[in-house]
Amino acid sequence: MLVAKPGLDGHDRGAKVIARALRDAGMEVIYTGLRQTPEQIVSAAIQEDVDVVALSILSGAHNHLFPRVVELLKERGADDVLVFGGGVIPEEDIPFLKSKGIAEIFGPGTPTSKTIEFIKANIKRPLH
Amino acid sequence: MTDFEKLEQEFKAWQAKVEKANEKYPERKKQFVTGSNAPVNRVYTPLDQKDFDYSSQLGLPGEFPYTRGVQPTMYRGRLWTMRQYAGFGTAEESNARYKYLLEQGQTGLSVAFDLPTQIGYDSDHPLSEGEVGKVGVAIDSLADMEVLFDGIPLDKVSTSMTINAPAAVLLAMYIAVAEKQGVGAEALNGTIQNDILKEYIARGTYIFPPAPSMRLITNIFEYCSKQVPNWNTISISGYHIREAGATAVQEVAFTIADGIAYVEAAIRAGLDVDEFAPRLSFFFNAHNDLFEEVAKFRAARRVWAHIMRDRFGAKNPKSWMLRFHTQTGGSTLTAQQPDNNIIRVTLQALAAVLGGTQSLHTNSRDEALALPTEQAVRIALRTQQIIAYESGVAETVDPLAGSYYVESLTDRIEKEVLQYIKRIDDLGGAVKAIEQGYIQQEIQDSAYAWQMDVENGERVIVGLNKFQVKENPPQGLLRVDPAVGERQKQKLAALKAGRDQKAVDSALASLRSAARSTDNLMPPILEAVRVYATLGEICGVLREEFGEYRPNVMF
Repeated sequence: MLVAKPGLDGHDRGAKVIARALRDAGMEVIYTGLRQTPEQIVSAAIQEDVDVVALSILSGAHNHLFPRVVELLKERGADDVLVFGGGVIPEEDIPFLKSKGIAEIFGPGTPTSKTIEFIKANIKRPLH
Repeated sequence: MTDFEKLEQEFKAWQAKVEKANEKYPERKKQFVTGSNAPVNRVYTPLDQKDFDYSSQLGLPGEFPYTRGVQPTMYRGRLWTMRQYAGFGTAEESNARYKYLLEQGQTGLSVAFDLPTQIGYDSDHPLSEGEVGKVGVAIDSLADMEVLFDGIPLDKVSTSMTINAPAAVLLAMYIAVAEKQGVGAEALNGTIQNDILKEYIARGTYIFPPAPSMRLITNIFEYCSKQVPNWNTISISGYHIREAGATAVQEVAFTIADGIAYVEAAIRAGLDVDEFAPRLSFFFNAHNDLFEEVAKFRAARRVWAHIMRDRFGAKNPKSWMLRFHTQTGGSTLTAQQPDNNIIRVTLQALAAVLGGTQSLHTNSRDEALALPTEQAVRIALRTQQIIAYESGVAETVDPLAGSYYVESLTDRIEKEVLQYIKRIDDLGGAVKAIEQGYIQQEIQDSAYAWQMDVENGERVIVGLNKFQVKENPPQGLLRVDPAVGERQKQKLAALKAGRDQKAVDSALASLRSAARSTDNLMPPILEAVRVYATLGEICGVLREEFGEYRPNVMF
């Protein structure tokens, strides 16, 4: 799976903790690093043939950037990749993001165990 | 028998008695630890301070090694500066928020810039899409800066600007706005963060690689020592290192290691230590463990004083003093039951004041959810005012000195900080330790350990993993108008159409040739700013000349 930081914010404590927790849970994890454009994220996802893309953002640009990732995945025929997000995202933005194909949004304080359960229950491709 | 021997005997007898009682009525936990996971004893006594020497370890306030504070009278002379970090949307909106805060009794300004500004992109850059005005104010050129400080006399306020990679450009804009107000650079008071090393470590808004970044920083030191003598040319920041997950010890150790790297770079550039060191300032975090945080601030002052005097041979006592700003811990705030955050911020602000901070930002209760509303910011500011005027803690200097526990904590933190600094010296200094990923890895390990402790309930976070309630989504959060980006783009287009393009081209060409030489970059940047070259244009020239930093990604 791919953990990605779209947008310009540098807060990646959460992204790194999640990446490590997923790795400890036995998943193969790649972390993109900061300041990735949706195009770069999707290229990495296709190239690495990932099943899951986890997006983290704390700058407030989620409504612009998250849907773009889903759109680009679709354009490249990878609409079976599970995409979810986390960060400082107001509750009222969540219905919009879900309508754009973001499977779930995890807010501050979410235990990593909950994220892991979510992935196992919702992954669209068969587990290897 | 000496007093210590007598006490030792009494202590042993008491321990035996308590252990026996413990078998029947055990303590709450097998092991007690601080907020940073350091062991805490049942009780502290003079036995923990056997080698204590008042004069060398504490000294008097305002005197070496400044453990008790950098001023002789501390808050009896003047209270700390109450400085709330603020900025969002356009320069007009932020200007209104600053005027509101000044009316409410705030005593200094602290400017938050949006991410494109912090990374040196104009609002019309493709990467700025969706980010303009979101986490701070959007500044593209001097024209925006003129609006930001409209009606605010720059010879009367002190202004702190959280700006790092493009710090030279924003400082130049501030100087140019002051000129237009008829205020000379020598009359300006304030701070630029200008701390690139912690950007590589923890905060992420870097642009250039380390070598040219360190050059820009030392250019600023040199320029300001002559032209802007009251300006704090850097705020060496542990805040973001702590927010990224570091412990209290790591926060101080990595910050001071960065400080050593800046001092060394400036000395290598030919500056005399006492010429620039008095204008170095620091920025720390305050988390919830009250005593550990107080001890942290006291230990940091002692460590820095010794380094500046003994390692760098500074002669001016002002070079020995660690002056610092504090912000309460954003990462300690919960989105759950956000009103509880007011109490957390109170404890943290109290730690900062008991630790002798020079200025303070108190976070707002809604910051785990969004940028703060005006009402939330007012409560945060009132928290400081209640501590200042009602609690009594500001009436005497360093009131916790002599506490067996606090002095033991202070000594332990100092010792562990020095161990880290030794390790970083062995790696070749902070820049090398960052390039090798050592500092980042240490912080990530602490962050992960913290998260696991919270998830398995070892660490209780009220309202998050204990004492939860069912709540409705919070209402009335601040939303930045999404049209800000469009408005800012239009303003930028109008600016470019109306300015003297020849003057801009010539200023940018001069900047380029200065970048290729070893000249100080401040004068050509100031010239470019004055003719309304944009931030993106100026940083663009420097990007072409210096290249961009590419980090090693790891987790």
